[in-house]
This record gives sequence, structure tokens and C-alpha cells, in this order.
Amino acid sequence: MREITYDQAIMEAIQEEFRRDPRTVHLSTDLDAELTREFGSDRIRVTPIAENSFVGASIGLAGSGYRTVANIRMATFGFVAMDQLMNHAAKITYMFGGQASFPVLYRMTVGAGICGAAEHSVSPYSMYMNVPGLKIILPTTPYDAKGLVKTALRDKNPVVAFEHVGLGCLEGEVPEDEYFIPFGRADIKREGTDVTVVALAKMVHEATTAAEEVAKEGISVEVVDPRTLVPLDGETILTSVKKTGRLVVVDEACQTCGAAAEIVALVTADKAAFSGLKCAPNRVCGLDVPIPFSPPMERYAVPDRAKIVEAVRDVMAGA
Amino acid sequence: MTLERQTAIELYTTMLTIRRFEERVATEFYAGRLFGFIHSYIGEEAIATGVCRHLTDADRIVSHHRGHGHCIAKGADMNRMMAEIYGKKTGYCKGKGGSMHIADFSIGMLGADGIVGAGLPIATGAAMAAQLENKGNVAAVFFGDGACQEGEFHEALNLAAIWKLPLLFVCENNHYGVNTPADYSLAAGEITRMPEAYHIASRVVYGNDVEAVHEAAGEAVAALRRGEGPYFLECTTYRWHKHFLSDQLEDLRPPEELESWKKKCPVAAFEAALLERGVLSRADLDRIEEGVLAQVEEAYRFAIESPDPEPEDALEDVYSL
Repeated sequence: MREITYDQAIMEAIQEEFRRDPRTVHLSTDLDAELTREFGSDRIRVTPIAENSFVGASIGLAGSGYRTVANIRMATFGFVAMDQLMNHAAKITYMFGGQASFPVLYRMTVGAGICGAAEHSVSPYSMYMNVPGLKIILPTTPYDAKGLVKTALRDKNPVVAFEHVGLGCLEGEVPEDEYFIPFGRADIKREGTDVTVVALAKMVHEATTAAEEVAKEGISVEVVDPRTLVPLDGETILTSVKKTGRLVVVDEACQTCGAAAEIVALVTADKAAFSGLKCAPNRVCGLDVPIPFSPPMERYAVPDRAKIVEAVRDVMAGA
Repeated sequence: MTLERQTAIELYTTMLTIRRFEERVATEFYAGRLFGFIHSYIGEEAIATGVCRHLTDADRIVSHHRGHGHCIAKGADMNRMMAEIYGKKTGYCKGKGGSMHIADFSIGMLGADGIVGAGLPIATGAAMAAQLENKGNVAAVFFGDGACQEGEFHEALNLAAIWKLPLLFVCENNHYGVNTPADYSLAAGEITRMPEAYHIASRVVYGNDVEAVHEAAGEAVAALRRGEGPYFLECTTYRWHKHFLSDQLEDLRPPEELESWKKKCPVAAFEAALLERGVLSRADLDRIEEGVLAQVEEAYRFAIESPDPEPEDALEDVYSL
């Protein structure tokens, strides 16, 4: 099968859907030459540097029968658009009693590892999880990226795609034929029997290499990638934990009130999963600090393979 | 300028309908039968009326927290409006929105928005849709002097200007944000200096004169339909009630100022003009009044006789299926 990058996979999904549906528009502060060449500058609009207002425009477009891809670029710029995202995009379907649909795909990058310092390296998806009305996708491979974005572009609701900055150039197999990945279906990236590691975003890859490392010690790790945080596939996570009896959740977002906390709560609140636990669940998360600039500190602030290996050994020892 | 008789009757009827609807809402609220935040449009009726008379169902509007007048002027069903204000299952939003969030997408009423200034960017999207559809349709956004203090106001002006959007900005300048005078809050002084800075054509009209609003909005909408880019219409007016209906909220505006504006009642002024010109007789006016009151009564009956939502209805509509 051919291999393309994560970024190319998302671009393909957008191009396919824009060809199919003429009532689609693209808003971004940067010119996308490839999209503009094919679809023209009427539909592919360069916006002023005004995230809040072009996110607002996407809502008005949706209410008028158009689907928008709004590329906010970095999740920190998403904070500039919080009024429109949180007060409006998330609530408008509900507040108006379901009269109209608001199909918009909001794209933003997350994650550390680019020496971007505190204002360009955040992973704020749990903040969005706390606001009902948004769907949240967190693709980790080119295959998942294309399939999830395709699904997002057929969904009737606002969908936020959090794309890790460290994954854009990642290559992987992507079929030529059209396919969709349904929301709320986790993917078991590696099967195992001793420990369930639920990993988010780029940490899926770190967890997989950590799993390979501990396999040499005879520890069999199952790596679960939720792929979408809203809806979250609790069933697959619970099934895996009931099998292994041990849980480690890995997320580079700050630990406090993060998605990892929600996943641990989901497992411990399930009577069967809880009673089958062989030791307390463990979290490997970003430290509760803004992401620092200097590489030694930046690396220290987020999880990596070594920290995951350590956490896996800990839950094994805790048995 | 003389209005055609039919246009005059329609403008008068719409204004009076808003007035009587809002009076009934206020009566019900102060009798303790309504709850939440209700922002009365009394005193400002001429603006929604004069603007929306030029719009069709294919033209889209975005409203704000003080939105009942825009809904009525755009042609919304008063029964479903009143039911929504009462939080009933039969309301426009099935009781999930209330007074501040009435919408009717089937008539191009894209909703009232409770965050000051936030409707402006949303309206740029509606206007962009009209531009893409290329059928000469337009969008209009209503907002107050308070919204002109928000960053979203400036962003929306800029966006509309650079994309030449068919968007009518309707600034309902009632001179106060709750109790804070716009004189204090707006460094620009005259509001139209701001759209001018973005090269957007603008005009100030006396917003209590429905004929003036109607004429100015007519010219503006015609220009929008010709693709001449956005237009900014500032309508000066005054609200009669407090910021929202409330026993607790103080009204710190000078009482004599309120009294002087009440003497400039947009409904009474137009009624007097129509009588004086012989466009309508006292009997005509009485007949219109009777019809309006009957509609308001029907809306009230519909609302109170409608069922409450089931508590678990709260779980529906978080997402479109």
C-alpha cells in the first residue's frame, strides 16, 4: 500500500469532500495554495488575523447551509476564539432546540517538542471535553487522520481536530479507496495481556515503543488509542482493563483535570473493572507547568518512553 | 416622502405588535409568572420594523439579547415565541433557549445571541453565504452601542469590508450599556467614525422615526443587493425598561431623560403622523389595535396551555443526529 504523511492524509480528506460538496468553504489566516488552485479564492478564503471572528463566521455559514473547515493553526490561537467556540459553536444547536445543524471542522495543532515555549505548545483538549456540544478527534496515524477527518466532514456538528505538531510529517499506509473511521471507536494499536496503556495523541507512539521495550522483560502491554475523545469509547477501554487488570494512562497534556483523569475515573467507576484491578491505576502526564522553551526542560515537562516504561513496571510491581 | 398606504399599515401594525407583545411579557414578568433574563424592546420598535420590512425569508438576520422585536419584524410566530419565553415544549427552542435565544431558521432568523457583540462575526458568515449564493440576498445584524465596545465588532467590520460582504450593520444606539453611558465607554465619540475607518458607508438616522429608518434601510439594502459591500446604519433610540426586567436591578439613568424619550414614542409618533395625513382613520387604528391584541392574547393562551418539557428532554439536541 502507498504511504503518505499525516498532513497529506488530512489534505486528501478535505479535497475529496470539497469536490463532492460545493457548499464547503475553508477559512484560515494563511493562504493554502493547493486548495486555492483547485477550489478558488471564493471558497478558500484567507482571513484577517482574527480567530474569534472567522470562527464566528463559520457558525453563520453553518446556519446558512454551508460547511466550513476553519484552520485555527495552533491550539493557543484557539484560545483567542474561545467566545465563539465555547459560547456559540458548542451550544447553538442545543440552545435553539435543534432547529439547525452546525457542521464545522475546527483544526488546531497541539503538543510540545518544537521549542515553541508556553504560548505555542499546549494540549487543551480536556478543556473542550468539558463543554458539551463539540466532538473531538485526536488522530495519531495518517490512516486514522484521513478516516476521522472524512467522518468529521460528513458530521452535522462542530468537530474539533487536535493534530499533534510532532505527527504532521509521520508517514504511514493510507488506502487509495475511500474509507471512514466512525467516531467513538478506539483502536487497539498493540495487543497485550498484562497492562492496558491508554495513550493520547503522540503518546500513542511513545507507548508503543515503550511496550516493545518492556516486552523484552516479558511484560505484555496493550496500547489503546481512543482516537476520539468525544465521543469516548469507554467500552473498549473497559474491556481491555478487565482483561489485563492494570491501567496506565499517558497524555502529554497537564495532569490536572486532564483527559487522563477522566479515563481513570471511567475505569474506577465501573464496578467490574474496578474489582478486577490488580493495582491502582497510574497516570503519566505532562507536568502542571507551562511548557518551557529550553529543550532539557521541555523534554522533562512531557512524558516519554522512559517514563512510560517506568510506570508500566510500577503497576506490574504493584500486583 | 410619502409611504404607500399598505406599507404604512404594515409598518404601523408591526410596531404596535412588538409594543403590545412586550407589554404583555412585562406584565407577566412582574406578576411573577415569567423567569430569567428578559430584555424589553419597548422604545426601539421602529428600528427592527423599518429594517426588516426590506428583507425576505432568504435574507438572514442575527439578533441579540433584546431580540423579541427582531423576531416579530422578521415574521416569527408569536405563539412559539411566547411559549419559548414561558419555557414550554412548544417554544421555538423547546424551552432550551428562553427569551434571549429565540431563532427561526425557516424565515432567516439565525437567532438571538446573549453575548454582547458575538452576533457580529456570526452575521459575517451569513453574509458570506449570501455572497457565495450570488442571488442578491443579504444579511443584517442588530447590535447596540455596547457591542461597539467589543473587539468582535471591529473584527466583523474589518472582515465585512475586506470581503465586500452584503451585510447591513444596524446599530441600535440606545446610549447605555446597562447603566453605563456610551459617552463614557466609546472613545470614538460618534459611532459611525468606526465603520468609516474601515471604509464602510454609514448613516445616522433617528431610530424612533420608522419612516426615516425604513427609507435609510431601503437604500442600504438596495446597495447591498447590488453588491456594493457592507453598510452601517446607526439608529439613535432609547429603551424604556431597565436593561432587563427586574425588581432588583437599578436603573441609574436620569429619570428626566427617560421621560423625555417616552414623549418621543415611536409608535405614538407614527400614529399621529398617519392620522394627521389622513392615511389611517381612528377607526382604522382601532381595528389594527384589536387585531394585534387578539394575536398577543392568542400567543399568551398558546403559551400557558402548552405543556412543560419533560426534565429528561434536557438530554436531547446536544448534537444534531
